[in-house]
Amino acid sequence: MNKLAKLFITFVSAITLALASISSSFAKVEDGMIVLGSAISLTGKYSSNGVHTQNGYNLAVDRINKMGGVKVGGKSYKFEIIYYDDESNPKRAAQLAERLIKQDGVHYMLGPYSSGLTKAIAPVTEKYKIPMVEANGASRSLFTKGYKYLFAVLSPANQYLEVAIDLAVEKNGGKPVKIAQAFEQDAFSQDVRLGILDAAKRTGSKIIIDDKLPKELNDMAATLAKVKATKPDVLVVSGHTKGALTAIRQISEMKVDVPMLAMTHCDAAKLSKQHGKKSEYALCASQWHKNLSYKDKFFGTGKKYDKDFKKEFGYAPPYQSAESSAALLVFKDAFERANSFDRDKVRDALKATEMQTFYGNIKFGPGGQNTAKPMILFQVRCKGDVCENKVVAPTKWASDKFFHPIPPWSERG
Amino acid sequence: MDFLIFQAPMLMVQASLDGILLGILFALIAYGMALQWGVMNIINIAQGDLVILGGYIAYTMYLAGIHPAWGVIVSPILMYFVGWGLYKLVINKVVDRDLFISILATFGIAIVFQQLMNFIFGADVVVAQSEYGTTMLFDNSVTLPNSKIFSAFVSLAYAVALVVYMKKSRLGRAIRATAQNARAAKILGVDTEKVYAATFGINAALCGIAGALISITLTLHPYVGLPYTVRSFMIVIVAGLGNLPAVAISGMGLGLFEEFADYILGTEFRIGAVFMLLVFILVYRRFKLSKKREYLK
Repeated sequence: MNKLAKLFITFVSAITLALASISSSFAKVEDGMIVLGSAISLTGKYSSNGVHTQNGYNLAVDRINKMGGVKVGGKSYKFEIIYYDDESNPKRAAQLAERLIKQDGVHYMLGPYSSGLTKAIAPVTEKYKIPMVEANGASRSLFTKGYKYLFAVLSPANQYLEVAIDLAVEKNGGKPVKIAQAFEQDAFSQDVRLGILDAAKRTGSKIIIDDKLPKELNDMAATLAKVKATKPDVLVVSGHTKGALTAIRQISEMKVDVPMLAMTHCDAAKLSKQHGKKSEYALCASQWHKNLSYKDKFFGTGKKYDKDFKKEFGYAPPYQSAESSAALLVFKDAFERANSFDRDKVRDALKATEMQTFYGNIKFGPGGQNTAKPMILFQVRCKGDVCENKVVAPTKWASDKFFHPIPPWSERG
Repeated sequence: MDFLIFQAPMLMVQASLDGILLGILFALIAYGMALQWGVMNIINIAQGDLVILGGYIAYTMYLAGIHPAWGVIVSPILMYFVGWGLYKLVINKVVDRDLFISILATFGIAIVFQQLMNFIFGADVVVAQSEYGTTMLFDNSVTLPNSKIFSAFVSLAYAVALVVYMKKSRLGRAIRATAQNARAAKILGVDTEKVYAATFGINAALCGIAGALISITLTLHPYVGLPYTVRSFMIVIVAGLGNLPAVAISGMGLGLFEEFADYILGTEFRIGAVFMLLVFILVYRRFKLSKKREYLK
């Protein structure tokens, strides 16, 4: 009896071990499937952008699978993504990354939404040496930690509004300008601020107001009163959608006249829709716009992507969706060049990426950030009561001329 | 530290007026909190979330093409029933337990409300447009959004109406009686259960008004309720329970304090300064109380 029990235990553990080793070595590529994992914010405060990200991923997976999938070693594989809801919570995101890697045996990851959550996941993917292509973490600090398995298709946060300062100096006849700025105290906005500081130093411009906004921000009347009193040449605001909406509301109510207003998150905040004419002339940084002339064979042009996305999901794609779709194009390209499922080979192939997608050129710098794609600036312009975002910089893609200076409120209807 | 405000007198005027107008709105929320705290001995952590829910009611009207200012009438009516339902569902089970339990319960309600609002209205920050324009004073150097002036007037009107109602009406008298001594009121025939439900409903209605006003003056988001809870808690601590003029004055004082903290310490310390002040006042109160006790010995 005793012997039988021992035998039984040995038998069971042998089977368990065998199963375990099978599941971990085959999970990444099952029956012609390449399984990617992603923790994504489907509930909680990032849920709307989380869904934009997921839609972007899904659209690209469908497209790539329909167009023949990924060819590795002469065989065609299809993409599949395992999603978990991270509840917009960094701790949860890190746990889920562990779970994806250890339990589900995922060997390749797609990024979550937001810099904060990407920051929470990156140490985990780095620890297990899992290549992660992310499309929604722009914070500069992600690219200075020496991560080897992190690749971002988007431009880093410090580049968001640098161009705006150059533009202000140019409009000022090449002379330095006076800058007033207000940034939320979070990783992303503070990185945007660093970019402005660099630009100010480079152009010899002076920062006369440098306010920090709290996370619970809903009133920046004090900052704006100071702006009114000191009359800067350019006002820069970055505080996610809250910041953009609060700034426009109070600038229009307090009749603050500044020649130039530069912001982030205008499209995420649906600024031109929520504030209409009050938001006219605001200059906004964006990763992507459908009118850019980039191309690839999966989505065609930006305009075509815009159309296909609308057809599938019923709304116009924000740049968060476009960059997420681009992340999958990058993975496909890397798998095919590596011609292998060896993680380190895929990682090396990712590192050597140099390609054009409908979203922009992609080439990774030493920290993993995309160095091949410039940020673009658009300006809100209105015709009657309908307001739209028009690309004004860089000049190569500008559909409209940059309107400067902003007319004073007394002349605006 | 920034002392620009002391160099420009107009900034001082601007800050003071902004602070007072905002403070009146805070006072309205705080009055609701004081009322139910006094009557039911419940500290409602979900106060701010009720405010935001009231705001979303006005915002929904705005989306439907109705002017959001009508929210100050519709929102309190709907919110009264929300408050009443909340009482029947949860609060009546904790009303005679100790304070800690009710804090936990309302904290739970706050989380449920946040998630529900996130689920129904989405996680985006939204604003409703009143198109009320701006009043300019002193040659355009001080600007007051008319929406803020409107909100201060509406808050005052409702506060006065409520005071009169509490003094004259049957229910008002019953509420005051229950606040003084619930057991005695019960013996004398007051249906305290009904009074509690009504009080919680009135508090929610006040939050509804404030929320509608916030939708046209500030911004709405499912997770910005807490600062409103803290502010009203703070005002009530300073003013004491059941003293409306004190609540109004302490509300305005808090509004002023916030604006000046914003100018002098910087916007990042705006809400932080409120928390700091709360700590100071609590410590000061304790200090005063302990002195009194010594006196009695």
